[in-house]
Amino acid sequence: MAESKTLNINMGPQHPSTHGVLRVELEVDGETIVRAKPIIGYLHTGIEKTMESKLYYKALPCTDRMDYLAPMSNNLGYCLAVEKLLDIDVPEKVKYARVCLAELTRIGSHLVWLGTHALDLGAMSMLLYAFRERELIIDIYEACGGQRMMTSYIRIGGLAHDLPPDFNARVQKVLKVIPQRLQEYETLLTRNQIFINRTKGVAVISAEDAINWSLSGPMLRGSGVKHDLRKANPYSGYEKFDFDIAFGTNGDAYDRYLLRLEEIRQSLRIIKQSLDGMPSGPYRAHVPGVVLPPKEDVLHKMESMIFHFKLVTEGFKAPVGSVYQAIESPKGEIGFYITGDGTPIPRRVRVRPPSFINLACLPALCEGRLLSDVVCSIGSIDIVLGEVDR
Amino acid sequence: MTEILKAFVNVIIKMPQGFGVTLKYLFRKPVTVQYPKQKIPMTPRYRGRHYLERYDDGTERCVCCGLCAAACPADAIYMEPEETANGERKAKVYEINLLRCIFCGFCEEACPEEAVFLGQDYEFSADNRNSFIWTKDQMLVKHPRKENPLKRIIRRVRRVYGVPTAK
Repeated sequence: MAESKTLNINMGPQHPSTHGVLRVELEVDGETIVRAKPIIGYLHTGIEKTMESKLYYKALPCTDRMDYLAPMSNNLGYCLAVEKLLDIDVPEKVKYARVCLAELTRIGSHLVWLGTHALDLGAMSMLLYAFRERELIIDIYEACGGQRMMTSYIRIGGLAHDLPPDFNARVQKVLKVIPQRLQEYETLLTRNQIFINRTKGVAVISAEDAINWSLSGPMLRGSGVKHDLRKANPYSGYEKFDFDIAFGTNGDAYDRYLLRLEEIRQSLRIIKQSLDGMPSGPYRAHVPGVVLPPKEDVLHKMESMIFHFKLVTEGFKAPVGSVYQAIESPKGEIGFYITGDGTPIPRRVRVRPPSFINLACLPALCEGRLLSDVVCSIGSIDIVLGEVDR
Repeated sequence: MTEILKAFVNVIIKMPQGFGVTLKYLFRKPVTVQYPKQKIPMTPRYRGRHYLERYDDGTERCVCCGLCAAACPADAIYMEPEETANGERKAKVYEINLLRCIFCGFCEEACPEEAVFLGQDYEFSADNRNSFIWTKDQMLVKHPRKENPLKRIIRRVRRVYGVPTAK
């Protein structure tokens, strides 16, 4: 009988460090990975197909459920895509509020990443601290949209409600608390020799490879490619904000850790600017037949009532054509490709999911390395399985 | 050599500083809440379990127009209309399947009468699936009303157009 030198083992789908139901098929030679193959599909819910069977405005809650750690970013991407298809413009206040919320989402998502990644590598307290700070951001979601995770707050043509009266105070609290806490995280991790040994030189990807794998977000910038859609292709008024692109040099997990902390700081800068510059005005565009009229009008104006009934029951007809709108979500470039065919239901909705495409480079990250580095590699990619499988 | 020296500094000086952070929180008040005993109040806009609203005189506000069912992305709402003695339309059956419901609040936004709204309750576990079909009687109960700036307007509309009474 031929003697096999390697051993096939399964990591996942029920593995605490695969952040959901990811299964990695590993071929190991002792402790060394010979071959790694991520196997996905355990969380497939057919979100794209579901969106193609719903009216444009009803498809919005589906987007919350893809990347459930960054619901506002997904809402924003979808709404911008539909707004592009319909060619409508939103008021200035909406743009500022959207930027503010998208950046809060980025902080929240990065905090979860930080907590879980550090937990994978053995730093338990980080998880508790990161989730404690995330609570502040989740509370803001709740005050805005009424739900803690599945917000559906950003709508086509504006926002669901006006910003809550205590919005400013809540965000000011985030601006005050997070920088101090970031200092603490740095004290805990940045010079922690165990953390450095586990992350430095691990999961390295060169700039050229990163581009060839079509990575985006922190995975791409960690390798030193200065590409950020907020700068390269500004949307929702990002060109008015002053911030820097954080980027790494070595392209390893440690660089990506430093980069994400820096991104949180840059996000705080953007939030501060958006709060200071927040203009007053309506929270919805005035586009009858596409955007719901104000409830006050519905109750005592005939035309508004008719528009309200028609919009809720029939939806709005989008023109024939295809649009692609990508935004910089916390994980990378999330893009929505929508084809309208003149009916109130999209013919095709395709999502370019950053987690899915970033995950594809997992074999390149961990082949030839040790078994324990797989955990670090998966963690530093920052995947959300809801978005990978959709 | 510098790497080793750096690691040495990290272990001797930097890592104890990290322990200091965790030690500091040992003497702080914990942020956790002892959930079943203590509860955090929900924000005014929180989207929990549904309620149906009545007018101040006790008549039902819902006229069974079906907009909430049309707006529901999860198709969780079922309703059948009937006519009252004075010729008004109202719901005979109004059911929300809480297992299908995704609590997006679209029904609340769609309702032209401000009749259905999502309340503040979030604890509704049960041991059988049938009890998640939330019926009209269960939703028409007294409840703490959510912040609603429209109530004033609805009152005004009622004042102008009159309150329907039995003939």
